[in-house]
Amino acid sequence: MLARLCQKMCKRSLWVYHANSGGCNGCDIEVLNVLTPYYDAERFGIKLVGSPRHADVMLCQGPAMRSTAKALQRAYAAIPAPKLVFAIGSCACGGGLWFDTYNVMGPVEKLIPVDFYVPGCPPRPEAILYGVAVALGLVDKKTAPVKLKQLELPIPRYHPEQLRGEGELVVYQRAQKV
Amino acid sequence: MTLMSKLREALLGLRAGRVTLPYPLAARPVPARFRGRPIFDPVKCTGCGGCANNCPAREILLFDLCQEIRILHYLGRRCTYCGRCADVCPEKAITMSHEFENATNSIGDIQQRLELFMSTCQRCGRCFKEPTPLEQLKLKGYRDDDLQNELWVFRSQAYREKEPAVRDVEIELD
Repeated sequence: MLARLCQKMCKRSLWVYHANSGGCNGCDIEVLNVLTPYYDAERFGIKLVGSPRHADVMLCQGPAMRSTAKALQRAYAAIPAPKLVFAIGSCACGGGLWFDTYNVMGPVEKLIPVDFYVPGCPPRPEAILYGVAVALGLVDKKTAPVKLKQLELPIPRYHPEQLRGEGELVVYQRAQKV
Repeated sequence: MTLMSKLREALLGLRAGRVTLPYPLAARPVPARFRGRPIFDPVKCTGCGGCANNCPAREILLFDLCQEIRILHYLGRRCTYCGRCADVCPEKAITMSHEFENATNSIGDIQQRLELFMSTCQRCGRCFKEPTPLEQLKLKGYRDDDLQNELWVFRSQAYREKEPAVRDVEIELD
């Protein structure tokens, strides 16, 4: 459904509304960097608008906080119906470094549904552009969950069955540096 | 006069040339000391748990399945790429890579899970469980972080008795 929504939306331009719900402004600065001519997000039709009612996309920075929770939900509700939410920065993705303090409720997905995540603290402007390009379908996402398994003990274990008698000495066959 | 100044401005703008990077279509290198996503090397890792004990965001979870297998789970949701895990790793099993293009549509994509063999004492197994609650806070011995709810567990009695304060507080929004 999300892919269909993207296809439908991305024929037109994405207008973004930029909501900081209590971050440190680092991600704000990076988002504004993306809109400069150097990175030029307007190539993709992205434009910063001042009101959530004009926007298609909400860029969330900062964790879901107790003081701004209601305002964030109201801003999300004000965006007209086909809408996307980007969580930008590690605060919005996972609650940030202060995830367990009294006023932080956690990631913004506790309050509003999030469609795309751009982790980083702050993410590079390129990373934000990459997230936008992933959302537009220009590039594929590069990350996938990794599961790795050790098949062999990294430190050699002492195996008493490998002791060999050589004359008067007892020699350990797999003598390695431990 | 204003027209002339406008023309001069246009000339200046033309002389500057094109400054826009062709970024998502062409790769852009990062500075040499850039810290991106940490990469865990399961061959070098000895499972000491130093990264999990020192992670400021508590994003590396340890779970001891049994005597000899320990699961190291890096979630990376709120990882700030501070590089502290790579700094404390005695075996240099964690490297801060230059990957920054981690944007996904599902947050589970950036996690890494390692299953590690733990060496045991040949006589008594792993026998270094700390006796007192205060010493258990030093986080040696067995660890059982909450892998289902993705929570880092302090080995203190306060956690055991009731849930942590942050998770179960429900506030009224409207």
